[in-house]
Formats: sequence, structure tokens, C-alpha cells
Amino acid sequence: MLAYLLRRVAGFVPLLLGITLISFLVIHMAPGSPVELMTDMNPEAGPEIRQRLEERYGLDQPYHVQYWMWLKRIATGDFGRSLSSDARPVIDKIKEALPVTLLLNVLSLFLVISLAIPIGIYSATHPYTPADRATTVFVFLGFAMPTFWLALLCMLLFGVVLGWLPISGLKSLDYETLSWSGKLADRAAHLLMPVTISAITSLAGLSRYMRSSMLEVVRQDYITTARAKGLSERAVIYGHAARNALLPVITILGLSIPGLIGGSVIFETIFAIPGMGRLFYTSVLMRDYPTVMGILVIGAVLTLLGNLLADVMYTVADPRLRKR
Amino acid sequence: MSTALLKTVSLVKSFSAAGNLFGRGGGTVHAVNDVSLEIKSGETLGIVGESGSGKSTLGRLMLRLLEPSAGRVEFDGVDLASLPRRELRRLRRRMQIVFQDPYASLNPRMRIGAIIAEGMRVHDLAPRAEVKQQVLDLMERVGLSRDVFDRYPHEFSGGQRQRVGIARALAVSPSFIVADEPVSALDVSIGAQILNLFIDLQEERKLTYAFISHDLRVIEHISHRVAVMYLGRVVELAPARSIYTSPRHPYTQALLSAVPTVEEKGRVERVVLGGEVPSPLNPPPGCAFHPRCPLAEERCRIEVPELKAQREDATHQSACHLR
Repeated sequence: MLAYLLRRVAGFVPLLLGITLISFLVIHMAPGSPVELMTDMNPEAGPEIRQRLEERYGLDQPYHVQYWMWLKRIATGDFGRSLSSDARPVIDKIKEALPVTLLLNVLSLFLVISLAIPIGIYSATHPYTPADRATTVFVFLGFAMPTFWLALLCMLLFGVVLGWLPISGLKSLDYETLSWSGKLADRAAHLLMPVTISAITSLAGLSRYMRSSMLEVVRQDYITTARAKGLSERAVIYGHAARNALLPVITILGLSIPGLIGGSVIFETIFAIPGMGRLFYTSVLMRDYPTVMGILVIGAVLTLLGNLLADVMYTVADPRLRKR
Repeated sequence: MSTALLKTVSLVKSFSAAGNLFGRGGGTVHAVNDVSLEIKSGETLGIVGESGSGKSTLGRLMLRLLEPSAGRVEFDGVDLASLPRRELRRLRRRMQIVFQDPYASLNPRMRIGAIIAEGMRVHDLAPRAEVKQQVLDLMERVGLSRDVFDRYPHEFSGGQRQRVGIARALAVSPSFIVADEPVSALDVSIGAQILNLFIDLQEERKLTYAFISHDLRVIEHISHRVAVMYLGRVVELAPARSIYTSPRHPYTQALLSAVPTVEEKGRVERVVLGGEVPSPLNPPPGCAFHPRCPLAEERCRIEVPELKAQREDATHQSACHLR
């Protein structure tokens, strides 16, 4: 197992090089440069200033030299400084945004799992009943609705008409003055809508996977065997069937890991959440190369680790995949 | 050998075929239709028939792994349908099943030892500390080596898996076992070993079997009595020797004549059946066999024949107007 892990991690190095090279080229070849954005609106900035700026950031060098310089810095763990007006270290910006996105998405994923799996199991154990059909319709309605539209409607209802929930940001203006329990409640109120809405869309897919996977498993002979042994229906469904039905669901969860880190541009923009999605979006608009590259590298590393984790979980869950 | 351990009375199981989105429009399939039979304590009743004849469904009904649509199953004098869930689960200890596909019938995520031990644990048959020892003894009895206790089902061959399946069924010390085509998925030589294991275990443990197979040779080898099924009905029910030497029902005769033999003498004239097995969704009226029967008369197209004892031999029952 250890040898396997080492081999996998070693395989990450060329993979990461490829990922960074391609993203580096794509972002640098995109029209416009950070210097243009800084100088275009400034009537006092002439061509010399522009050239000075380009030299300062190394943008006058050919791409391969720029990439090599970037690579040397990144190898020492230096992500560089942002080219935007605050000029802060890229790593600090990511450190701020990543926990926000992670918190939101982990909560949302948790909600999805804790709802989708029971829904899937229920649907599969009561197939084609009115309750099964009703959940199917409900779940697909959630899936079919565009997130931003649902989000706006919910903001209108709960935020404006009813006034129950805050509609944007992660904390209230008076957050610092609140007691710790008040802070907690404030956080929860801000997170409730984004987490729920982002969960609703993923709910459909996962619960359907769980349902079909369960339907597949419950007609296996070993489930009949379990019943014949005299196990209670609970033990049969949760002990024997659900555990086997979860295997394909692990794959789906593994695939959702990149989204967990990357965040959603649309979503974070609507709710004004200062997460990875929004940071990435603004950085791309500003042609803020160091920040864009930093986000891509960290995102890629975490994604690769996430996939590795999913593979490891697979072997833990399914004895047939062990050895080899 | 005289009391009936298991008895079915006018047992019917119908499935509704898939209809449209709202469950309408589908037909009804009578997988098992009006089956009444008895299995005596200590005997093996062989159940033979083509695919789709309802033999597996009948096996599952006997254990109430399926709910009957009509009729009764009595186990040791107790009507299974009348039992509340809890009581039924307790009774499951005494009746077990061995499946055809020994891979599909073992949970891929459980170790062999745990699979065999689960029944014991659920029914509290042995003190915790002794469970492992009993499982190991059982594994040895069915011909598995003791060091496979911690292995997973996928690491075994078909024959070994079937041994696990048998050990698992035996773990709860049942008195009745439904063996649903237990050797059909195996090589002939391995199948023969498993068959002999079944026979030895029956003697040792006074087991009663309902042995389901489409293979007449296998059935002949193991059964005391044989029930022949056609489209959900038992068409002939008789002691094994009597069915193999003097089959009464035209269907049984056709089946037996189709068995390949190596000896030249004693070879019977082959009766080749025309046509296909009719769709169970839309069975023919009267005797279900009449469209393929070489002897069919007008009466066969109208009246369903009853399973009745032969005049010359009361133990031999056949469902044919003519024989």
C-alpha cells in the first residue's frame, strides 16, 4: 500500500508540470495584459512607464523564460505577489479565500450526502410507489432549476419579503461586536441559503445514483441470502445492501472534489462570498498572472490528492480491489 | 419418513408484468399456479422443469422469501403466512437456501468467516467465544481449509464458493434446505463432488431437501421423489424410481427421452417436442401442455387436468386427462 502511494505521488510531478505549462500558456496568450489594464485609463502613463512596468514584472521576456522563472520561484514555495493594486502575496489571498469555499462546499456536500443517500435507499426499497415518484419529481425539479435563478428567488423570498435571512456576504457588519454564540448564529444565518441551494442541485444526481445502485444490489442473491439467514429487514438493507450500493457513489464523490476546492463563480458572485471562485474570476479579468497560476497550482494539487484519496477509499470499501 | 415437514396448499404466485408509467396495462404472469405438494421429513424432493417453469419461484415461496399470491405454505404444521415478522425470522433458522450462482449469493464485502458466522450470531446459536471454532469445524466439514477464514469470496473458485454457501446454510443447523440449482453453474466433476456432499450431509444431519434443477440426471441421483413442473404447474409427482422407469405424463416422457445416454440398450425412442414453451403471460387454455402434446384431444384444450394418483400406483400422481 505504501509503495503504491509513493508511486502515485511520484506520478503527480510530471502531471503537475503539464498542468502548469498548459495553464501558463493559455493565460499568457489570452488577449490583454496586466500592464495594459493598469495604464490604459491613466492619461499620464506613457510608453516608457508601460515598458518599465513590463520589465519590472518580467513580462518583456519570452514565454519559456517567464515560465522557467515562475517555476523556479514556485519550487521554493514562493507564489509571488498579486499584480492587482493591493500587491499582496498570492499565498495570503488564497489562504483567505480557500477556507471560505471549503467551508461552504463541505457543508453543502455533507447536506447532500445526508439527504441523497437516505432518499436513494428509500426510493430503491419502495420503487414505483407514489412516494418514490414524488421524490423523483421533486429532486428533478431541483436539478432542472438554474442555480442563479433559484438563488435570486430565495433571496427575494427569505431576504427581502420575509426578511428572515441575510442575502449576501458571510457575516454582518456588527459581527465583531457579537458574543461567540451570536457570531455562530450570524455565520449560520449567512451560510444557510447558499449551502442549501447549492446542495439542492447536486441532490438529484447523487440520490439517483444511490437509487439505481441500490436497485441493482437488492436483487442480488446475497441479499436474499441475508434475508434467508433471518436478518431483520433493517440489517439487510443497511448492513448488506447499502454498503455495497455505496461503492459507485464513492466515485461520484471523488469526482466532486475539484468543485469543492474551485468553488463556483456564479454562486459566489450572487451571494457575494469571498471564495476561490470569485478570486479566480477577478484575477482572470485583471490578467493577474501570479494569482491565477497560484490558484491553479493549489487547485491542481488538492484535486490530485482528492482523487488519490477517492482511490484509496475505494480499496478500503471494496475488498475485490485490494492487492495488485 | 412419514410426517410432512413442508406442505404447500394450492400455492399461487403471480407477477404483474411491467406496464406503463402508472403501472397499468401490464399482464399477469402465473409463475407458480395451484401447486399442492408435501415434502416428508428426511426426504429429498427433486423439482425439475425447463427455464421459466416456476421451479425457483416455488423454492422461494416454500421459504417465504416471496409472498404467495394465494394458497398456503405450512412448515412443520405452522402456516408461514400467519406468522408475524419476528416469529418468521426465528423460524428462518430451520429453513435455509443454497443458490445457483455461488458468487452472487455471497456478499463481496464480507470475509468467509463472517459470512458463515452471521447466521449464528443473529440467532444466538453459540456463545461469542465459540462461534469461530464452530465456523472452522463447519468449514472443515464442507471441505474448505481452515486458513481461508479471513478470505473474501472473490478469491475462490466456483466449487469452493458453493462450499461456502453450503456451510453458511448449515451454520444455523436447519432441518430443511432449498437447493436452487446448486450444481448447475459448476463443472461436472465439481458438481458431482458438491452433490455427494449434499447427500452425505443429509444422512449426517437428517436434512430434508427441496432440490431444484433442470438436469434430470442430477435429480435422479439425489431425489427420493420428483416433481416435474411445466408453466407453473406440477404435471407429475412420483417416487424417483417410478418416474424414471415409467413416466406417465407426455411431457415427462418427452423430457426423459431427451436425456443423452451412453448405453446402447435401454435407449428410448426420442420424443421430439414441436413448438416453443408458450408465453406464461398468455398461457393456453385447458392443459397448458396441449399445443405441444402428441396425444392432445378436444378435452385437453378446455379442461385443466388435475394432479391425481394413478390407478395402479397411488404414490404416482400425474396431471393428464389421458394417462
